[in-house]
Amino acid sequence: MLKQIEGSQAVADVVALCRPNVIAAYPITPQTHIVEDLAEIVSEGRLKAEFVNVESEFAAASVVLGASAAGARTYTATTSQGMLLMNEVIYCIAGMRLPIVLTCANRAIAAPLNIWNDHQDSMSVRDAGWIQLHAEDNQEAADLHIQAYKIAEQLSLPVMVCMDGFILTHAYEPVDIPDQKQVDDFLPPFKPTHIVDPRWPRGIGLYADPRFYMEAKYIQHRALEKSEETIKRVSSDFSLAFGRESGGLFKTYKLKEADIVIVSMGSIVGSIKDLIDRFEAEGKKVGLLQICSFRPFPREQIYEALKDKTNIVVVEKAISLGRGGILASDVRWSFPKGEKIPRRISSFIAGLGGRNISLDDLRYMVEKVEREPVELEFLGLRQEIIQEKDL
Amino acid sequence: MIDNLDTVEKKDLFASGHRACGGCGQALAARMVADAAGENTIACVATGCLEVFSSPYPDPSWRIPFLHSLFENAAAVAAGVEVAYKALNKGPVNIIAQGGDGSTSDIGFQCMSGMFERGHNVLYVCYDNEAYMNTGVQRSGSTPFGTRTTTTPGGNKRLKKNIPLLAADHGIPYVATATVDDYRDLQRKVKTALSIEGPKYLHILAPCPLGWGHAGDITVQICRLAKQTCIFPVFEIREGKMISVHKVPVKKPVEEYLKLQGRFRNLFKKGTPTADVAAIQKIADGNIERFNL
Repeated sequence: MLKQIEGSQAVADVVALCRPNVIAAYPITPQTHIVEDLAEIVSEGRLKAEFVNVESEFAAASVVLGASAAGARTYTATTSQGMLLMNEVIYCIAGMRLPIVLTCANRAIAAPLNIWNDHQDSMSVRDAGWIQLHAEDNQEAADLHIQAYKIAEQLSLPVMVCMDGFILTHAYEPVDIPDQKQVDDFLPPFKPTHIVDPRWPRGIGLYADPRFYMEAKYIQHRALEKSEETIKRVSSDFSLAFGRESGGLFKTYKLKEADIVIVSMGSIVGSIKDLIDRFEAEGKKVGLLQICSFRPFPREQIYEALKDKTNIVVVEKAISLGRGGILASDVRWSFPKGEKIPRRISSFIAGLGGRNISLDDLRYMVEKVEREPVELEFLGLRQEIIQEKDL
Repeated sequence: MIDNLDTVEKKDLFASGHRACGGCGQALAARMVADAAGENTIACVATGCLEVFSSPYPDPSWRIPFLHSLFENAAAVAAGVEVAYKALNKGPVNIIAQGGDGSTSDIGFQCMSGMFERGHNVLYVCYDNEAYMNTGVQRSGSTPFGTRTTTTPGGNKRLKKNIPLLAADHGIPYVATATVDDYRDLQRKVKTALSIEGPKYLHILAPCPLGWGHAGDITVQICRLAKQTCIFPVFEIREGKMISVHKVPVKKPVEEYLKLQGRFRNLFKKGTPTADVAAIQKIADGNIERFNL
């Protein structure tokens, strides 16, 4: 049913339709509305689940870890500092192959303290072994949660659904919330493969000495790589069942004819598509490749999609300090070394700590890379408040 | 679920062949706890000595389900198992979070406090060997005054954190202390705890021959002396009321306990007790008064 609804409410409604048995969360802006809404859904009896009000994000992640290991379908949500506090458990969940679904309401991390949107929080755990899916809008954010449970439980891998804090979580948009039967038909009940149960005593979370650790990590890595197929299949099954495109590895917009390709992810792709339409009206051919699956990073498919494109610009809301663009680095790595084609892959960092990214900013970016490649540039940087002595 | 509180249980649910040192108090205690709890039990164990010596892949020593995640989250993980059982309408099952004194009194205290406050039906067992033994005998919040550790080479200047009383102040229904010299008492407390709904806390003094500097064959004797010198009071608190105290009719001077252990060597100069020994005697005297030993 189409509802004019806040992004957080849409996610809460859809998570409830996925029938998690255990929800544990700790309040942090801008994630709070999601868990508040879920608390209400549980207290009204619309969802039969245990809702655990924990004392920290670290405990939230630990509670869902324990619950998942005992065979429950679980859910938690966090952002920013909460994600950093969870960090140790995030790695542990992935290593223990627990199919937990987590929403990251993407937000900047301190210091300086900043509650607004960028992607630094989920980036901080990009190597942990979670599937990370980025939503473009609230419809996709909602849809991705249904897909996330299916992917997670099929592969025994945790899935993080990333949605831009405030820009999506607090935005009211029309969202089609499916009915319970649709979700039940798509998402079968969780049948865990390895649980703690006195009927079948087994150890979960044993330690591995140097004879076994590397194999455990290799198997995890291969599982992530192979999950590309499942992510694609679940996305296409979803569009068959629900009648709309959502998720998958990446999507493209006006890519085929494009002379310049923008690569990005998250809610900013809405503005980028607007800009592309305007450029088209002006006779300039610009296209888009929007990443949904940042982990696993679909390197080969991206290469296939972009191998004929010579002018690529990556714009992203995160940075590896002392190194540069993280998404840009992954995109650059997607092309073989020593290519004959003179390919330019430029890198722009934008929107850190909620800095607005205007269409003019994006237009400037495209026009600049049209003239020359850009190794690294901060889009919309206020040079006037930076003094020479600060550098 | 609990048949007879006073029967000594020997089921070998914590199997031999693990890698603990000879005379390890924690290994003894873990076996007593597992056997008292029985087969219908899930052990959620914190990182530490117990986890390391009992759970290397592929040969763990546990014949009951064993779940290990991290150093500081055993209580939260156990809480997660408990709510999962509730949500899935499974059980009843005994859920026992277990950790050493470092993970209990220091790094995992918050998770344990949260688990108590939320009222999960979980027994938390702390094996107290009074320092970080797994990493090589560093001081923890549970290290007693005067103890020499690798990070307090001149002797610990702080007092031992009183976790049992802090646990009791959460208003949980059952708190007890025990030592590994009294099999029956320890197991009775495990069984009593597991018969009570809600969060429970059991604090077990578990000597570490390596870290404490005593021979492996006197672990039990050391525990007896800890009680006889009133250094370690053994009691039970039910619903906030002290319901049992292990009385010590003939009290021994603390020196008898301290002298057997290398970790207290610096408290004696050429065999003569320093002022610190008198300070420790005062702590023991305080216990006598506080717990009416």
